[in-house]
Parts: sequence; structure tokens; C-alpha cells
Amino acid sequence: MSEPLEILLTASFWAAAVRIATPLVFGTLGELVCERAGVLNLGIEGIMTAGAMVGWTSVYMGADLWTGVLLAATCGAVFGALHALLTVPLGLSQHVVGLGVTLLASSLTYFSYRLLLPGASTPPTIEAFQPMSVPGLSELPLVGEALFSQTPMTWLALALILVAAYVLNRTPMGLALRMVGENPQAAEAQGISVNAVRMTAVIVGSALMAIGGAFLTLAAFNSFFFTMVQGRGWVCIALVVFASWRPGKALFGALLYGLFDAYQVRLQHAVAKEIPYQLFLMTPYLLSILALILMSRRATYPQALMKPYRRGERG
Amino acid sequence: MRVERRETPSAWLALGAPFAAIALALLACTPLIMWHGSPVLEAYGLLLKGTLGSRGAATETLTRATPLVLTGLAAAVAFRARLWNIGAEGQLYLGAAAAAAVGAGAIAAPPWILIPLVLTIGVAAGALWLIGPALLKTRLGVDEVVTTLLLNFVMLLFISMMIEGPMKDPLGFGWPQSAPVLDEAALPKIVPKSRLHLGFVIAVVAAVVFWLIDTRTRWGFEARAVGSNPAAARFAGMTVQTVMIRVAILSGGLAGLAGACEVTGLRGYLALDLSPGFGYAGIVVAMLAQLHPLGVIGAAVFVAGVFVGADAMGRTLGVPGFIADVIVAASLMCMLLAMFAARYRIRR
Repeated sequence: MSEPLEILLTASFWAAAVRIATPLVFGTLGELVCERAGVLNLGIEGIMTAGAMVGWTSVYMGADLWTGVLLAATCGAVFGALHALLTVPLGLSQHVVGLGVTLLASSLTYFSYRLLLPGASTPPTIEAFQPMSVPGLSELPLVGEALFSQTPMTWLALALILVAAYVLNRTPMGLALRMVGENPQAAEAQGISVNAVRMTAVIVGSALMAIGGAFLTLAAFNSFFFTMVQGRGWVCIALVVFASWRPGKALFGALLYGLFDAYQVRLQHAVAKEIPYQLFLMTPYLLSILALILMSRRATYPQALMKPYRRGERG
Repeated sequence: MRVERRETPSAWLALGAPFAAIALALLACTPLIMWHGSPVLEAYGLLLKGTLGSRGAATETLTRATPLVLTGLAAAVAFRARLWNIGAEGQLYLGAAAAAAVGAGAIAAPPWILIPLVLTIGVAAGALWLIGPALLKTRLGVDEVVTTLLLNFVMLLFISMMIEGPMKDPLGFGWPQSAPVLDEAALPKIVPKSRLHLGFVIAVVAAVVFWLIDTRTRWGFEARAVGSNPAAARFAGMTVQTVMIRVAILSGGLAGLAGACEVTGLRGYLALDLSPGFGYAGIVVAMLAQLHPLGVIGAAVFVAGVFVGADAMGRTLGVPGFIADVIVAASLMCMLLAMFAARYRIRR
């Protein structure tokens, strides 16, 4: 059998796809929560970078892994609060504020890392999350490792998809969130505080993004290095559109991305030399763009996305 | 407490906004310098001295400002028409690659032919890289923020492929960089014994030309109209799509020119560290200038000064160079607040 096909039959390939998808699940969910409430959060790339650094540094300095995740989430929430303050009550341009948050969060991250670990040329490592195997099931051929031998953070990501879908579609809180993203005037008329709901959504969403970043340093790798997020945040924004703002489809999109990414890495090694490796590395970004193009025709954006709301002022 | 729009935007506040923002940003960054354990006043003194303190420092600041004027203009042009071009970084690199490819010996000609030719090709390449996302936006409604951002990563990989492959300098001792451009394609230095090159003059001229286009011509008027109210612009008989494409060509071209000038004026060859984020910093420059083309020159000199000054500060006190990125990002956030204060007031 040819080598490109053999890749599909290895258990490690499917496991890697799920591993690659995990940070994207966190990030996409976070962005989805923000956008459903009507706020585009372009701070995602920087917030993921900050989360990766804060999570890793906390563990390096002696905290346990879950405390690291929690601290990363807190850091994400702080940047989310900054974003929310500027875009929601003040109603400033969500594009510019978001990019500003990304620039601020990543530069603060790099500065702090340099101060906390001066002169660390080779990044130090920590004891990262280890995969937990379900005895028996993880031995299944092909998908056993992918489905039943993952780190606890992957399980958390999958659980959060369910929680998000339930909260968004089945609870009054979720209804309020969707309402301020679709028709803030109507929400206000129902006695819902548009600003409070939007700010909460951005803060919670940003905390999720930071957890996605922390996955990179606490589970996928065991050290922090600069530019490690590598556009994953922007991919998440594309995935939200691809998922039509639905948590279930977001999981599907992230897994699809994970499959392509895991496949291109392995294909690179299989057909090395003949084709420049950069062409393989480009494919995930190009596929994200392709996904956007295919889905944009049918995309039904939240109606109030990127529209600031001021009481008594017409939109 | 509620926020309400001022009846007449305060001109004084609008004019003072960038200065207030910069002061606020420097103030906000003092805890970071204290965290490092450096004396704050001395640190900022060194920053200022490293920016303007000597002839060498000043020319270095202007050299660094050259690509920032152009990427700042690229952002300002696009944002005015609400085309969210966040891909100036990629457009800059394609412009640089095209200039390096043509300038390194593909064509032999005297400087007065070769320099304009190389720069024009850089402009064309940059514009080309933005036309795709712009067409996707106008034809299919694909959000240009994400496409331009993702294309930055694609472009960096493409550049890496070129300088390790077809464009690799055979005499470069294996370094991943392109063959140097011919002397006939190099921009002349405008101040002796400095690195300041003709690119700075080109950038300033570009700003003035864009200001004239913006205020005196139909094109500029149409771009602004499309930016402030696309529905009204369409109703007034403008073709929004055509205006968008025109803006995209202009914006991408300016970013491409920035890359071409860096290669022909400063570096002489193409490498992956050509731009330390000039494309992204251009967005800050444009916002600090409140999207005004002439303001872009001043804002670019400020941002360049922070980077050059922070290098000097780092050499003496050991403060990590990332402090410059923090100051610049903080200035952007403070600028947004200041612009808000100029347009709105808070009533009890």
C-alpha cells in the first residue's frame, strides 16, 4: 500500500488529530461565546499567548497543573475585561480594540517571560499533563488511542462543548446571551442588561481562549517559546464562521482541522525532499480560508455582531 | 451615568489626543520598568536620548520610521474605507521578495531605470496579495480580517520557501537569504555616514500624495463615503465594489512599497527577519494618526523612536527590548480612549 494511505491506518495519527484539535476547541468556544453576544474578539491570538505563558510559568514556579490552568484562565479573563470595557460600554471599534489587546497581551507576555526567566536560551521544561488511558478501550485498533487515551484537558474541552451547547440553547442565560447578540433593543425591553451580558460573555470567552493557550504549554508541549500560538487564534475565528456559531459544529470543525494538520505533518516526512516542507505547513491556513469561502454564503452572522449598543442611540 | 455624543467634537481634544495617549502609555509602563529594577526617570531619559539624542540616533529613528510610514499609510487608506486590511505584513514581504528577485540581476539597467522599476514591481506585488481577500470580500462576502491575517502566515512560509530554494544566495554560506540586489538597484543614502536612505523621502512623498488624493479628488471622496456609510454611497451612485478594489490596490501597494524600500534601501537582500512586525505596527501608527495621512508621518517617527530608544535603554540598563512593543501597544489602547474622550462625554 502507498505510504500516504498507510498514515491513515496508524493509531498515533488519529490521536494526534484530537490533540491538535483540543486548543482550537477551547479557542473556538471562547470566540463563539463572545460573538454570540455580539462582540468580535480579535484579542484571541494574544490572549492564547498570555494563557500559554501564565499557565506554564505558574507550574514551573511550583503550582500544580490545574492551578496553572486556573491562573491562565484568570489572566485571560483580565484581558477579556479590558476588551469588554472598551468595546461594550464605550462602544469602540471591535477590530482595533481586539488587535490592540492582541498586541498588548503578547508583548506583555514576552516581556514578563524575559524578566521571569532571564537568559533562558533553551526553554526549561515542566512535568506536563500525561494522557489518561481507559483500560481496555484504549487498546482498540485505530481509534482507541484517539478516543480513550488523552490528557484530562482534552476531556475538559469535550465536556465544555456539551456545557456550552446546553447553556446556549436550553437555559435563560443562554437565551439572554443570544438575544443581546441578535437584537439588543429587544433584550433591553425584556429587562436584560445588554452591557452586563455582553461583558460577561467576553470575559468568560477570553478565559476559555487562555485555557486553549495553556493546553499548548501544559499538555501538548512542556515548555513555552515565543510565537508558539502560530495563528491558532485566527484559525479559531475562521472555525467559528465554519461552525455557523454552533458549539457542536465547532467541535467538528476543530477535529477536521486536526486531521488535516496531523496528516500534513506525517505526509511531510513520507514524501520529504521532493516537495518543500513549507507547502505542507501552508495547507492548514489555506484550508481555513477555503472553509471560510465555502461557508460564508450560508453564514448567518449574529445580527448585532460588531454593532455597539448604546441605550437610546439608534444602531 | 451615561455616555453621550458631544454635539461638536472637540478640536482641541482631538489634536491633543495622541500626546495625551503617549503620556498615559508611558505612565502605564512605569511599573514594568520598576519591576525590572531600573530607575524609571533614567530609563525614559535613555529612551529619549537613544531616539533623538545624537545625529546617529535621529537618522536611525528616521530609517526605522520609513517602512512604518508606508505600512501606517496602508492601514490608514484601508481603514478609512472600512476595508480591514490586517495583512500588511504579508504584503510587505511579497513586495520585498519581488524587489529582491528583480533587483538581484534579473535585469541590468542604469539606476534611473532600475530603481523605479524595482519599486514599481514591489508595489504591484503588494497590491496583488491584497486583491484576493478584497475580491473575496466584495464578491462572496468573506470577512477580510481573517483572510488577510491567515495570509500573513502563508506568505512567511512562502518567503521561507523562496530563500531556501529558488532565490537562495549561492554565495551566502548556506544562510537562508536571497542574493543581494545590484548596486544599480540600491536606493542612495541621503545623509552621509548614516543608514538613512531615499526610501524615507519616498514615504513622505507618498503620505503627501495620499493626502492630496484623499482631500482633493473624487477617489478620496468616494473611499471616505464608502467607509462612513456604504448604503448612502451606493445610493449616491458609487460602485462600492470598485471603490473597495481601488482602495485594496492602494493599500496593498503601499505595504509592498515598504518591503521594496527595506530591501533596496537598507538590507540589500531578502531574509525572514526583514520586518519585526512592521505590518502590525502600521495599524498602531494609523490609529495614533487618527487615519490622517500627514499625521502618519509623525506617528511613525514616534513608534520608530520607541523601538530605537528602547534598544539604547536595553543596552545600558538591560531592560528587555519587548518593552518597546508594550509601550507601542499601550499607546494604541490609550489612543482609543483619548479619541473616545474627544468625541463623547460622560453625563451623570
